[in-house]
Amino acid sequence: MTEFFEALRSSTVLQNALLAGLLSSVACGVVGSYVVTKRISYIAGALAHCVLGGLGMARYLEIVWGWEWITPLHGALFAALIAVGIIGFVTLRVGEREDTIIGAVWAIGMAIGILFIQATPGYAQDLEGYLFGNILFVSAQDLWLIVILDILVVTVSLVFYKPLLAICFDEEFARLRGVRVELYYLLLLGLVAVTVVLLLSLVGIILVIALLTLPAAIANRFSATLGWMMLLATVFCGVFTTSGLALSYGPELPVGATIIMVTGVAYLGVTLLSAVLRR
Amino acid sequence: MTEPAVCFKEVSFSYGNQCALEGVDFDIEVGDFVSFIGPNGGGKTTLLKLILGLLQPDSGVVQVFGQGPSTVRGRVGYMPQRPRFDPLFPVSVFEVVLMGCLRSGSEWGGYGASDKDRGRKALSEVGLDEERKRPFGSLSGGQQQRALIARALVSEPEILLLDEPTANLDVHVEGELYELLERINQRMTIVLVSHDLGFVARSVRTVVCVNQKVRVHPTTEQITADAVREIYGEDIRMVRHDVDFGHDHSHD
Repeated sequence: MTEFFEALRSSTVLQNALLAGLLSSVACGVVGSYVVTKRISYIAGALAHCVLGGLGMARYLEIVWGWEWITPLHGALFAALIAVGIIGFVTLRVGEREDTIIGAVWAIGMAIGILFIQATPGYAQDLEGYLFGNILFVSAQDLWLIVILDILVVTVSLVFYKPLLAICFDEEFARLRGVRVELYYLLLLGLVAVTVVLLLSLVGIILVIALLTLPAAIANRFSATLGWMMLLATVFCGVFTTSGLALSYGPELPVGATIIMVTGVAYLGVTLLSAVLRR
Repeated sequence: MTEPAVCFKEVSFSYGNQCALEGVDFDIEVGDFVSFIGPNGGGKTTLLKLILGLLQPDSGVVQVFGQGPSTVRGRVGYMPQRPRFDPLFPVSVFEVVLMGCLRSGSEWGGYGASDKDRGRKALSEVGLDEERKRPFGSLSGGQQQRALIARALVSEPEILLLDEPTANLDVHVEGELYELLERINQRMTIVLVSHDLGFVARSVRTVVCVNQKVRVHPTTEQITADAVREIYGEDIRMVRHDVDFGHDHSHD
């Protein structure tokens, strides 16, 4: 731990990583609270996994076609928004067996990604980074993208707090009050998609779902309102990513996995403790 | 003659092949206190959803205040069944009530001062001023029902629809709820779904018996045991409180 704080002073890599973690925590806490209360973590999981298709495609275009301006995060964002379109259309219009189709989006996105990665000359290491995160390779450019997406997500979430809360709590009543429920549902999925992309570099697509839901689930226990839950979830998320980063530094553990272990232990601890206290 | 609050003309509705309502034909007068009773799956909630415009009839016409249901939703208050709410949902009682102030086109930002005033008024009408800041999930069943009634009242509707307001409530809590609804009925039409015949006998003025077909009985003439048996088949012994429909059960 102390090594980490000493290294932090001199290393821009660590500073970038810490900053990325703290910045993403804001979107993570706000949107994670919506995901938990609206109970769409399965959809969030599908969005997270299918972005591998976009990541792989962007890398392919960059290396093979020489599109130098494109970064994997662009591809991830593109894929996530396409997936929002598909999942939104299915849940709103088709209605039946939506979980099957969500599962299909989940797997097909990943398959596309794996095919692209296979077709791209270079390191298979890329794949590992996408799957498990590589926070230590966050560039200054990535940091700017995170800031912009962060501002976008938080502004939209707060401006539309009223209708978003209403559709999470009681969608049918919101519809009767004239709220355009479909529109706000799509907006919510869009926010989830953007947040998933933000968290990618921290923990990777496989672990993202834990970081999105567990801090919010812990915060839920201590919150009387959704606003408080968002605030607390943001704080928890920041604490977990920072301590995960610090703990992993000395023994050279994988950062993403360490962050998720810290988060998971905290969640289990709080859950068990409150179960015992309720006795 | 004044226009009825709700008007069903030869309405039929089915879920796929499953016929829920057939040739339904009745009016609800303005200011009435109506209960839909009937067995589970008999179509009571379907009637409510047709009035709300959440479902469209296969044939026939449903009108609310002489117009299509979805165009007059602003004049209709609705209290859904309670058990489907997530008990852990982080939302205060006041926030729940304010949801009744939502309108299309003013979804941005926070609630205005006039919305909050109306929210407080509705909360005090149902007797929940003290609980304003508590989490909705921490309220008792009866308190949750009253909060949901406040949410329906806050938009100052002309007709109030309630789906199973007495489900899972203690008898004395039920009594308080009837008193509240009787008071509200002085200024608006009330329609509720119930299979609690005890409630029906006490407060309601018109009973609409629903089992695919619909029959209307004014309670002043008393619901005869025959009428109930016709709707419920032989299940009448399961009715709570052992209300004796053969004798006087007018308001006490």
